[in-house]
Amino acid sequence: MTTILPKQTDQPLIELRGVTRVYGSGLAAMSALRGIDLRIERGDFVAIMGPSGSGKSTCMNILGCLDTPTVGEYLFDGIEVGGKNRDQRALLRRNYLGFVFQGYNLLNRTSALENVELPLIYRGVPHTERRARSREALAAVGLSDWEDHTPGELSGGQQQRVAIARAIVTEPLVLLADEPTGNLDTARSHEVMELITNFNRERNITVLMVTHETDMAAYAKRQIHFLDGLIVPAINQGGNT
Amino acid sequence: MLWETVQLAQREIRRNVLRSSLTILGIVIGVAAVIALVTLGRGATAQVTDQIASLGSNLLQIRPGQDFHGPGGTSASAIPFREDDVQAIAREVSGIRAMAPTSNKGVQAIYGNINWATQVTGSTNDYLTVREWPLASGRLFSDSEQRAGSAVCLIGATVKQELFGNQDPLGASLRLEKLSCQVIGVLASKGQSSFGSDQDDFILIPLRTLQRRMVGNTDVAAIFISASDRNTIAKTIDDLTRLLRERRHVAVGDPDNFNVRDMAEIMSTLTGTTKILTSLLGAVAAVSLLVGGIGIMNIMLVSVTERTREIGIRLAIGALGSEVLLQFLVEAVVLSTFGGVVGIILGLGGAAAAAKALDMPFIISPQIVVIAFFFSAAVGVIFGYFPARQAARLDPIEALRHE
Repeated sequence: MTTILPKQTDQPLIELRGVTRVYGSGLAAMSALRGIDLRIERGDFVAIMGPSGSGKSTCMNILGCLDTPTVGEYLFDGIEVGGKNRDQRALLRRNYLGFVFQGYNLLNRTSALENVELPLIYRGVPHTERRARSREALAAVGLSDWEDHTPGELSGGQQQRVAIARAIVTEPLVLLADEPTGNLDTARSHEVMELITNFNRERNITVLMVTHETDMAAYAKRQIHFLDGLIVPAINQGGNT
Repeated sequence: MLWETVQLAQREIRRNVLRSSLTILGIVIGVAAVIALVTLGRGATAQVTDQIASLGSNLLQIRPGQDFHGPGGTSASAIPFREDDVQAIAREVSGIRAMAPTSNKGVQAIYGNINWATQVTGSTNDYLTVREWPLASGRLFSDSEQRAGSAVCLIGATVKQELFGNQDPLGASLRLEKLSCQVIGVLASKGQSSFGSDQDDFILIPLRTLQRRMVGNTDVAAIFISASDRNTIAKTIDDLTRLLRERRHVAVGDPDNFNVRDMAEIMSTLTGTTKILTSLLGAVAAVSLLVGGIGIMNIMLVSVTERTREIGIRLAIGALGSEVLLQFLVEAVVLSTFGGVVGIILGLGGAAAAAKALDMPFIISPQIVVIAFFFSAAVGVIFGYFPARQAARLDPIEALRHE
């Protein structure tokens, strides 16, 4: 069931061409994205910035194959995502993407280790291998001693590290992080950013990160600014960031 | 993957033990009721069948008088049969395996200083053939004893117990009114009849002995016939009726002045009634299964709403809609089959206790247990499908936003 992607090295990993996303219809129609062009190469680390309602979350949803463009093309490693159905996009997420959310989004009352195992279960990885890889991922985020703790027993920073372990345990091509430090204090935020930066550098995982904070955006190799559904030049555009 | 899902379902169910138990209560009660009622119904049917079969198979009873007066009932005014009626039947009616003319009398049986009020039946050895009634000990009447009307008797288990206790009655003489009668055999115990009378409270003497030495006539009060074939019994009854109407001078258009009773027919009527009752009660119980199913659907819908975020996480991570559907469906099925198993155990336990209390046979029907199991699983599939589909169709973006 795995889609074998052609490894065309001349292709950028991610390419958006004239992507528009309209919610609603008729008079109530509202354009969240108004024709976006974007190229992201393998191994890049991109910070996506912009005020609320600027379209950056919509763009992330499309990049994360959770949503599809109303108009325009999204090529993921040369594959058109817009024409894929729900299940095909689920398989793309399963096999090539990792997600980190602002609210951690771990399963409650489930141990850290089992949370990390979750994407491997859907990949059909056998039990022993699953355990080993999950332990390794937890060790990589420095939580080896917390395997059996449930999210309720972990601090916010620890929970976000579990979420990162869950995202990278599958060795994804792209890690999508939606305000990963939004709920954390400064010290924890920098810990999390260092982890993400390491995975980008050492494992060559492409990182796309939405953030409000310029401190955090500074970890990225480049920044993209959204305003009113468009990508604007990377100078302070007078938004609230 | 399926095994993972089952384990996951078990864990989800254990997480909320109280709610899960209340959810399956409807299924438990429904299945337990169906199982208990059907099991008891089977026991009752078997009991009735056994009792009537103990009368003898393919048994026809012919008695004078038109009306059905219950067991042994005969209208006093009706003209009794004669010996030549019996001979005529033997000559002219086919499909008869054995035939026994009988006559009887209530007497005091006396042995030593013990008195016992019982029923003496005069008949032939064929009576025991017709009733499929074996000897426990001793011997049957000899031909000469039957012809001569000798003072010999076979006694039932109750009579033996009352008069002789643990003594061996063979060869002993008991007194029936003025007749001193030698015991030549003891009959095997037959137990209660379906009408509640003790069939073993019984003494059999040759018909001629009863006629000549006790009642002083040559009447035959009833004729017992064992038909040779169940399939031709209707024809045998027709032939008997025609012959007897002629011999007893019944004018065309008048009702019979005798009646022919087919015990198998009475049996099927009785078991039919029991079966109808069982299925009615079973249907009522099945309604509670339906209610139980709705209970499961209700809780699964609540569960899907509560776990919207979890579903969102799973979908975002790459779970297919079908995998989420399977997860919730399996959860519903595990719940309902667990309820079914508990219900089966409770139902069988309840039926066993009730059967014991009512002194009825306890017969487990494997089919109904299997049916109940799969039915409860099916309830889970049917009532779990809608909530599971709700879960599978969630939009991951919306679901992740859900608080």
